[in-house]
Amino acid sequence: MFYREAGDFKTSYVDDSQTFPIKFDRYRYYFVLAVAVLVLPFVMTDYAVNSIFLPFLIYAIAAIGLNILTGYCGQVSLGTGGFMAVGAYACYKLMTAFPDVNIFIHVLLAGGITAMVGTAFGLPSLRIKGFYLAVATLAAQFFLVWLFNKVSWFYNYSASGQINAPERMVFGVPVTGANTEAWATYLFCLAFTVLCAIIARNLTRGSVGREWMAIRDMDIAAEIIGVNPLKAKLTAFAVSSFFVGISGALFFAVYLGAVEVGEVFGIQKSFIVLFMIIIGGLGSIFGSFAGAAFLVVLPVALKIVGVDMLGWPTDIVAHFQLVIVGALIIIFLIAEPHGLAQLWRVTKEKLRLWPFPH
Amino acid sequence: MTLKLATAAMAALMAAGPVMADLVFPSLSYRTGPYASGGIPFADGYADYFTLLNERDGGIGGVPARVVECETAYNTERGVECYESTKGEGALVYQPLSTGITYQLIPKATADDIPIHSMGYGRTSAANGQVFSHVFNYPANYWNGASGAINYLMGQGDIAGKKIALVYHNSAYGKEPIRTLEELSEKHGYELSLIPVDHPGQEQKSQWLQIRRDRPDFVIMYGWGVMNQVAVQEAANIRFPMENFIGIWWSGSENDVLPAGDAANGYKALTFHGVGSEFPIFEDIQTHVVDKGLAAGAGDQIGTVLYNRGLYAAMLAAEAAKNAQDIHGTDEITPAMMRDGMEQLEITEARMTELGLPGFGPSFSVSCDNHGGPGLIGMTQWDASAKEWTLISEFANTDVEVIQPLIEADSAAYADENNIEVGCK
Repeated sequence: MFYREAGDFKTSYVDDSQTFPIKFDRYRYYFVLAVAVLVLPFVMTDYAVNSIFLPFLIYAIAAIGLNILTGYCGQVSLGTGGFMAVGAYACYKLMTAFPDVNIFIHVLLAGGITAMVGTAFGLPSLRIKGFYLAVATLAAQFFLVWLFNKVSWFYNYSASGQINAPERMVFGVPVTGANTEAWATYLFCLAFTVLCAIIARNLTRGSVGREWMAIRDMDIAAEIIGVNPLKAKLTAFAVSSFFVGISGALFFAVYLGAVEVGEVFGIQKSFIVLFMIIIGGLGSIFGSFAGAAFLVVLPVALKIVGVDMLGWPTDIVAHFQLVIVGALIIIFLIAEPHGLAQLWRVTKEKLRLWPFPH
Repeated sequence: MTLKLATAAMAALMAAGPVMADLVFPSLSYRTGPYASGGIPFADGYADYFTLLNERDGGIGGVPARVVECETAYNTERGVECYESTKGEGALVYQPLSTGITYQLIPKATADDIPIHSMGYGRTSAANGQVFSHVFNYPANYWNGASGAINYLMGQGDIAGKKIALVYHNSAYGKEPIRTLEELSEKHGYELSLIPVDHPGQEQKSQWLQIRRDRPDFVIMYGWGVMNQVAVQEAANIRFPMENFIGIWWSGSENDVLPAGDAANGYKALTFHGVGSEFPIFEDIQTHVVDKGLAAGAGDQIGTVLYNRGLYAAMLAAEAAKNAQDIHGTDEITPAMMRDGMEQLEITEARMTELGLPGFGPSFSVSCDNHGGPGLIGMTQWDASAKEWTLISEFANTDVEVIQPLIEADSAAYADENNIEVGCK
């Protein structure tokens, strides 16, 4: 009834090719953005920000990054944790070397540095595919973690090998370090997430994205119709690593504040981001958000229900978390192999006809 | 979906709400994951001591203590979640039992005016209270441990020209002693080799192959969790003489040596507190906690090394809370008052005897300049046939000449990096 194209006339090409062609969708998008920017910062608690919103926003960026590489370009990567570490350490080195430069720029530069590293590790993708490429990126994961542990220049020769985020301001408000307000860190990460999502969405709709998808669907056919595989694959690695680097920088500087590479950016990190895009939906920006929300919120929700409401022992709840999250992933993938994004697509189809399906 | 769950989460928090009428001691424990073998006994000891105080004395100064447990699985992200979810309940002091989580919490807790007690772990240079106003690591730290091990070896014979290998957990925790051991090697002329083991340490074949090839005279280990058991087993496999194998206090519990059976006989570990269950307090724990069915966890850890350490940590926290009550003349103390109580804490032998722990730990006093305590280190040895640890040395002083400049340098670097005004509050 409300969710339909009928009656919504487009009078220009720009209107015709917008992200949300349906009026209802468009207003919903504006509404969510308005709530996120204008309402949530005022009702935020430390707990909500630090255990739900920050990890959600930051993982969403990482998931978008990996989705570009794996979902859109079809290159499987298990190096996400390592590339996040590059972002984090780049951000740390920049923050301590140039304390007067705005942290916003540092985060973007950290993304840029990660893009370069990612492109370098993307070179094998020109020769190998599938599982073999996964193993090559796995090597990147282990190599990068080893590197940041081994070379003490990366952690400024501190005795413990930990990196700590010093205090940095945006418009006079601290967003990293100890004296941050919940709303400030939230808005800082939200800005990056929205920016990344818009860029990613538009890249994937344009010619670059179409080249990626052509490579994903059949690389030989794509080459025959004139897609340059070198350019397509390497841009996918670069753009993907750029986003992953930003998320790593935010993960370290804003969310955790202190990082030890082996523990925070280990192989589990690569897997959890991969799970996010598989559950959320490969090749979908919305899916990246949905997957990140699913894997961030579910454990916290289970903990709150188990420990705080039912009063169960913490170890039993922790074990149950593993069981329930694992079972849900399996059930989800059996019921809907294309992830949460596909569920959303089906819902939209149904909504168009609602309430008169015949 | 996020919004709904977040609202549900917030509603749940409000429903749980702060109950002001008790003293809250959060326990960031880990009863799951590769480090659970260390996390469980410590958490049990920590909880049981407060249960004992509540049951026997009606709490601390008449106010009941409440332990809020939160599972971290030794994971820093979960640690942050635990910190945020418990701090709203009026948490008095954090003891995360993880060097990684401690590093995370140091700036956060300092900004929130909540003290941290990282007993025998965490950032060693926190011993300098002029920089780390809210962090305490009395009565001993990692660098005391490193120096204590070297001192012990020197007591056994000349170590100049000997080879010492450090097998360490490749993390902030394991890297802590490297600098001290390097300085000491210059001073005493031994040769140090570094052998890192990556998290979680289940696979150490290559490391022990290297030890077998290099034939060091002594091996010092900074390990935790499953890494310890594997290392002791591997050492037994290459027939490394156990009496030349020394673990830090986090590598010296029953769980670490029992899997290797008789082969672990003679393995040594450092300690900063007493071992065994021959202290009067354990009778009280039996009557007031165990017999009433209130023991934490499975109740099977009582008297083990790490249980005792949890008990000791809880005892020091309770004494500091009591001290804070006396200083500020109020029963319901805040975290800020708790900090004062910790900074002016004095533990005497008479007080420990009164508590049923005679000779369990050193008598010491904390001050703004020294948050680290006296750093007295003893040595324990494992007897595989009796299945018990015994103290084989006195609690001895460590090399302050080497450690103090390192503490000052590292804390000064931290103060610089974070624009902290050095000085007492």
